[in-house]
Amino acid sequence: MTPAATAVTAKVAAHRAARRARWLPHLTGWGFVLPATLVIVGLSVFPAVWALLLSLQDGDLLTGGSYVGLRNYADLMGDAELAAATGHTLLYTVLFVPGSVALGLLLALALNLRIRLIGFYRTCFFVPYVVSAAATGILANFVFDPDFGIVNAALKAVGLPPMGFLQDPDQAMLTLVVISVWGGVGMPAVVYLAALQDIPRELVEAARVDGGSGRHVLRHVVLPQLRPATVFLVIWQTITALQLFDLVYTTTKGQPLDSTTTVVFYLYRQAFQLFHSGYGTAIAYVLFLVTLAVSGAVLWRSAR
Amino acid sequence: MKHLKPRHLAHLVLMPLALLFVAPLVWMVLTAFMPDADINSYPPKLWPEHPTLAGFERILTEDDYPRWLANTVVVAVAAVLGHVVLCSLAGYGFARLRFRGRGVAFAALMATIMVPTQVLMIPTFLLFKNLGLIDTLGAAIVPWLASAFGVFLMRQFFLSLPRELEEAATIDGCGRVGVFVRVVLPLARPALATLVVFTLLGSWNDLIWPLIAISSEEHYTLQLGLATFAGARHTEWSALMAGNVVAVLPLVAAFVLAQRHFVATMSFSGLKG
Repeated sequence: MTPAATAVTAKVAAHRAARRARWLPHLTGWGFVLPATLVIVGLSVFPAVWALLLSLQDGDLLTGGSYVGLRNYADLMGDAELAAATGHTLLYTVLFVPGSVALGLLLALALNLRIRLIGFYRTCFFVPYVVSAAATGILANFVFDPDFGIVNAALKAVGLPPMGFLQDPDQAMLTLVVISVWGGVGMPAVVYLAALQDIPRELVEAARVDGGSGRHVLRHVVLPQLRPATVFLVIWQTITALQLFDLVYTTTKGQPLDSTTTVVFYLYRQAFQLFHSGYGTAIAYVLFLVTLAVSGAVLWRSAR
Repeated sequence: MKHLKPRHLAHLVLMPLALLFVAPLVWMVLTAFMPDADINSYPPKLWPEHPTLAGFERILTEDDYPRWLANTVVVAVAAVLGHVVLCSLAGYGFARLRFRGRGVAFAALMATIMVPTQVLMIPTFLLFKNLGLIDTLGAAIVPWLASAFGVFLMRQFFLSLPRELEEAATIDGCGRVGVFVRVVLPLARPALATLVVFTLLGSWNDLIWPLIAISSEEHYTLQLGLATFAGARHTEWSALMAGNVVAVLPLVAAFVLAQRHFVATMSFSGLKG
């Protein structure tokens, strides 16, 4: 090789090395994030777009079906069963969200008094949260059985009339709220407790020194500090409530008299039992938009 | 009454409430050790006067229960491994590395947190059907390999670590991967504990997706088995309760072991604001 050729080769090699050095951080970065990104985008973004197309078709879960424009969306406006399911879901949501968030706050405030047995209490309130809907359902059917259940036995023991609970159309949804609060209060309690422990002690003590009563300090010092936690929890619990399915499936299956048929339970029946996949996706998309609107409204209100 | 401090009052409220919360679970465990004749008596018995393992024997021998349990263990282990590896890698990448497209990729991931499962399940069912995954255990595993929430959780944790540690290791001649494996990951134990518990909880308890994606009993997960089994034998309470106990126990154990990391993680992840 001539010296000139060697010089050229060296130059090319140097150029390549420089290019590699320039690209290396980008390649390393993508190396770290690509696997997770592929899984998440592949199983979220791609299906979400596909779902939008499916909702414009009259598919039967085997084929996409043919394009029907906005007919599914028009149909769901006049669907009386869906309207009833929406009513049941809203009833559940307006009871479950304030119930679980308020009880969670009370528990956290009590636990934050730096009392003894805090670990025991925290475990008691959080353990129901890890019990699955299937196990909770079996347990609920057992405990609330109108004829043999222990709750009616207890009511009878104190002289009260027995109740129908999950088998009474007027009580079934309320019973599901009670069960859900039992299973769902641990999360708000733990989140609030973490937030309370982050409030600087000086802040509370200063308010006390200034002569604030306990109630005053709570209202004007503690609660404002907990606001971000409250916003997060209200949004989180609302999303959870609007998507209620598992517990319904494992307890009442939407009965009695369809009184516990929720939107997602109805959607499941439409899509996977009646194979109306286009109609099912249209319901899912409307639910998605409602969820976004509610979250947006809560955020907007809290920002003012 | 003057010497009664709020602290003591708190016990008066908390203690009965706490007992009320665990009572159904304690009774579930006790019932699992009772013979069906005692369980079906009225009023219900609270204590196993004739303790027996019949319920456990039945679920372990007469049903596909051991198989469902094994399936669920496979799903949960795959989910936890997938989450620990993929989410911590991605979380670190988004927290520390600068590369082209980082902002867009991260924004895309975070946007998916808002999309509810219900929107995704029908197209995912069709996608998995085309891939031949429907009615296999794989269908239950794949959606659990990584999640945007997991990436977010790990990123928030890595952002809270002081950079100096990593810089020192880099000066000592560690590459990016070396720094990540030898310096960063060992520090991430509290965040990883939380990630593991949340992933275990979600994958172990998932019901709606296995219900849709799996139809053969041999591929059932535990939750799907429990939900189906409950309808089929609704008076054999000892077996049902024994099934519940086995299904719930691993999660209770995991939670009790990891609970002190929980409150800490809630603080740094910004979940509380």
